[in-house]
Parts: sequence; C-alpha cells; structure tokens
Amino acid sequence: MAKLIVNQEKITDIDALIKICPFGAMENKNGILEINASCRMCKLCVRRGPEGAVVYVEDEVVKVDKSKWKGIAVYVDHVEGDIHPVTFELIGKARELADKVNHPVYCLFMGHDIGHRAEELLHYGVDEVFVYDNEMLKDFRIEPYTAVFEDFVNRVKPSVILVGATTIGRSLAPRVAARFKTGLTADCTVLDIKENTDLVQIRPAFGGNIMAQIVTPNNRPQMATVRYKVMTAPERKAEASGRIIHCSIEENRLKSNINVLSVTKKQKEHGISEAEIIVAAGRGIKSEKDMAMIYELADVLGAEVACTRPLIEAGWLDSKRQIGLSGRTVRPKLIITCGISGAVQFTAGMNNSEYIIAINKDEKAPIFKVAHYGIVGDIYEIIPGLIENIKRVKEA
Amino acid sequence: MEILVCIKQVPGTTKVEVDPVTGVLKRDGVDSKMNPYDLYAIETALRIREQRGGRVSVITMGPPQASVVIKEAYMMGVDDGILLSDRRFAGSDVLATSYTLSQGIKKVSNPDLIICGKQTTDGDTAQVGPEIAEYLGIPHVANVRKILEIKDSSIVVEMDMPETVEIAEIKYPCLITVEKDIFQPRLPSFKKKLETRDREVKMFTLQDFEDRDEKSYGLNGSPTKVERIFPPEVNNDRRMLKGNPEELRNKITVKLKELRFI
Repeated sequence: MAKLIVNQEKITDIDALIKICPFGAMENKNGILEINASCRMCKLCVRRGPEGAVVYVEDEVVKVDKSKWKGIAVYVDHVEGDIHPVTFELIGKARELADKVNHPVYCLFMGHDIGHRAEELLHYGVDEVFVYDNEMLKDFRIEPYTAVFEDFVNRVKPSVILVGATTIGRSLAPRVAARFKTGLTADCTVLDIKENTDLVQIRPAFGGNIMAQIVTPNNRPQMATVRYKVMTAPERKAEASGRIIHCSIEENRLKSNINVLSVTKKQKEHGISEAEIIVAAGRGIKSEKDMAMIYELADVLGAEVACTRPLIEAGWLDSKRQIGLSGRTVRPKLIITCGISGAVQFTAGMNNSEYIIAINKDEKAPIFKVAHYGIVGDIYEIIPGLIENIKRVKEA
Repeated sequence: MEILVCIKQVPGTTKVEVDPVTGVLKRDGVDSKMNPYDLYAIETALRIREQRGGRVSVITMGPPQASVVIKEAYMMGVDDGILLSDRRFAGSDVLATSYTLSQGIKKVSNPDLIICGKQTTDGDTAQVGPEIAEYLGIPHVANVRKILEIKDSSIVVEMDMPETVEIAEIKYPCLITVEKDIFQPRLPSFKKKLETRDREVKMFTLQDFEDRDEKSYGLNGSPTKVERIFPPEVNNDRRMLKGNPEELRNKITVKLKELRFI
C-alpha cells in the first residue's frame, strides 16, 4: 500500500506548499493541509516541499515469483489465416528480448483451418507455436478468443506477451490483461528487458510530446501492444525450426453472445500504411488546386499522397490519408514532407520513416528536427522544378 | 432501455513539456475539456434513446472538477451523471481505472448498453472500454462505425476492420466503442443548460463500492509503473540546406538519385 501522509507540524508555509502541486490537489482547510481527489500521485510535494511535510509511505507487498513465468509470447494476428506482417516484426523483437534473458519464443495462433499456416512461423525463429484450431474461432469474437488466450497463458505461463496494435489486437489484449489483472502498455515504440525479466516499455504520451518508460514490476504476464511498422521483421530463413503444438479447449468455453452476420472485403485501395514512398502535404499548400503539384510529384516518384490534419479538416483529402496520432502511422523508405511544420502529433506518425526529406520555409520549424535532409525554401519555388528534374533524370 | 456512456475530462491541450532538470511534467492543470471522442459516444446514445426511449447516463472518474464534463453532457440531453471521485483513485493506470469504473457501474445501474469513445486524447490507449467489459463479464465490440438495428434484446452494428467491414449482432448487456463520425455530435444547447442547471451530479467514493479494499484502486491497484518520462529524441544525423530554389531542387534530385529512388 502506497500513500501520502501529511505532517501538518512540519509545514512552514501552507500556501507555498499548495502552489507546488500542478494539479491543484492541495487545499488549505482552516490552516490544515488536505489532499483531495485531484491528486495524481506525482509526488512533487514530497520532493519539493519542506522536508517531512508530505511523505510517501509504501507497505511491503507480496512479490510475484518471476521465475515461474518464462518465455516471450507473440499473438499471431490474422484474418482468415492471412498472417498480419506485424506478427513477424514482433517475433523478431521477441527473439531479441528472449535471447537476453535466455527464454524461449512462443506464438499463439488461434482460428479455423489455420494448421498449414502455422508452418510459416517456424521460418522466423520461433521455438514453439501453440495452435488452437476450432470452427468456433473462425471469426474474431471476443469471448472465445479471450478464453483461448486464457487457456494458453495458464498452460505456458509466459513472462511477456506481445500483441500487434491492430484492430483485433487492440480489442483482445486489454480483455486478456484485465482477466489476469495485469499491466498492458499500448503502442510501445521501444522494448527492452531487464535481467530480472521486467519488460522496459517506452511509449509516447500526451500526444507524443513526451515519452514514458513503463514497467510492470510485480505482475505477470507483462503485456504490450506495438503498432505495425514500428519494429523490424527478421529475414525469413529457408530452414524451418521449432515445433507446432496443437491444443484444444472445451467447446463450452467458446460460447459467445456475438453473432457475426457478414464479413465483406473492402475494396483494395492504395493505402499510405503500405506505401514505400510518400509525398506528404501540409498547411504550406495555400489552396486546393495547388494539390495538383503534390499529386504530380507523387506520380513521378510512384508515391502515395498523404497529409496533415488541417488538410483533412479542409476536406481536400480523404481521412485515410492523414498521418499522425489521430491518423495513420507510416514507415516508408522515403517521405518528402511539403510545407509541413512538423507538430509532434504529425511526426509521431512518421518519424520511423527510413529517410525523411523536409521542405519548409521556416528554418525553425520542428520538422527539421526529424528530417534527414532539410530543405529551407518555398515549396512553390522548389516542387515544380523538382518535378521537371525528376522527369529529365528518368528520361535519360 | 438503459444506456450508459463512459466519458473523461482530458487536458485542453497536449502541449506539455518535461522539465529537463526534475523530469516532471510541466502542465497547466486548469485548462481541460471533455475527451472529443466521447462526444460521438454520447451522440450515439442519444440517437438510440430517440428511437427506443429509455435513459442515457454518463459516468466519469476524476477530481471533483470533472463534474464540468457531466454538466456538458446534460446540455447535450443526457439524463443522469455519475462522478467517481476519491483521493485513493489517484495514480490509476488503465487497469485500475477500468476496475474503478466497473465498480461504479455495478453500484449505480444495470445498463443494457455501454458506449465508449474510441480512445482518449491524453492516454490514447483505447483499452479502458474492453477492460470494463471484461470486469463486468459482458461482450464488447470495438470500432463500431454504424448502428444498423436496435432490437429488444440485441443490437446490430457495423464494424470497421482494416480489410473488411463486419456486421455483427450482440446481445445485451454489452459494450461498444464507437468510431468518430458515427454521428455528428450535437452542440450543447443553451435551453438545456438552463433546464439542467440544478440537476445534481451523483458522487460516489471508494466507500460506496462493493470492493472497498484500497489495494484495488489508484496507484496501489495499478500494475504498471512509470519509471521515467523524457522528451522525445531528435534525429541528430541530419543536414539542413539553404539557398536559391534552383540549387535546392537540384540537390534534392541528386539525393533522390543517390538513394536510388529515381
């Protein structure tokens, strides 16, 4: 049990102490300092206040036996057996973490008619793939999928579980975390592991303005989700290694109050998430007709066009083309940002791109902090000529 | 029909900085608003009520000041508001927050349908909805982009999946999280503001819950711990070029050629 205890007699200036709290959680009640429900337990009052005025006390808690939890598990994200590529990226990361603490790498693969697909996972450095193949797992429905996950965790007792932050993963992982009353850190961008098997999870917080390093020190399993294209997938090995373990579960645990009536494939569209080259436009574009030069630049480079939020709000592009925290995360080989100042909400969605060229008038623009190649100049003076240049090179 | 919407008060801005010396957040605690995604959830609830009748309640957890967002919900047409506020809820992570809300929900009502926004703008995790559903032992579906039919004992919704559009029927009680743009949220009305001026916000503390063990809440009930916070790193391997437009575009061309993009 951790709590803050106020020692009134050690407070010299009650109002000065109140001012230390950034959340307005301290009140002066007739000369008595009280902490109210606004408290975030940031402990600033403990550190900055007069010595001993506010103290943080922690009781001894029952420690989890970490040695009983072994292995780094990856949830195999798929739709009707088609494995989502984030799975391979996570296997790569899992292998790296596992090698540091000498743990095995596991995969959990559930669905219907997936047996033959499990083989593929053995080419990426997995020790054991646990396959739950059942007709009732054909469509993703939360209760049976959670039940299978629970069965897997109880059987294998993995120390760490990594789940892709896909539509399914973001729905399933929290459900499993709550069932085991354990921690789940969403959208991690960096993962590492300590000697004591504590997973070090780093994720952007407050719209990407700060980074937070999070651990789950006294609960197992430790769970994290990672977005697609944040980690790097390992090379596929020609030789398969590891083994497949077929598991079954009682059918009465697979009941659901959800009935999937239909699943319709969406029109395959050229999305920005998969694009290798992206030309991104921002508020530097003065009017909608000027988007023509952006499209032409994208055209000569074989790129997809993306943009920042203001252009979506102006209705110039479809919201699927928005990069950033409220849009999509992209990781192309090349991105050229045109007239984008680079607010963190935007850069958080693209700063893992392999190469970033930024064109912007304002040399103080934050985009230049993430760009590999920063061009200080007016897009209207640069892009049309650049298009001509590229055409000439291609013709030569 | 009983509908409950989970809402949250979030900072009005995400412009926060880390004090490089103390490593503490520099944040103005005053400026706050309702999580924008919650407006879509409230609107969805109100539309369902218009069709089927019943009551719409909102629930939030936070400091006493968070009652502001409940008042705002009243101005949109919400019937009831519940605020869970206790110093012992301080420092809650996703799990403790979900648990607290589920305890609050069990205390006050027995909703047929719980609606959450897709995520918050401060935490950005999109995890609280599914975790509440787990604690209540009810099914949930996320990414709902359309309500197709509201039946007596179930709801038919359309979900936006990356490659597919899925239609599913879920029996009550259940929880859904809705995409933005499911409906255009209505603006708070001045008339309703006057009407609901004296409407109370029900307040509950830990003492009111079924589980009164302090260890389940706040910092103590949170398995995750923030070890440190720091500013995002900047890319040091970078070059900046200035000059006349012709020079600059030629340099980009050379670079693109060097990187084998053309």
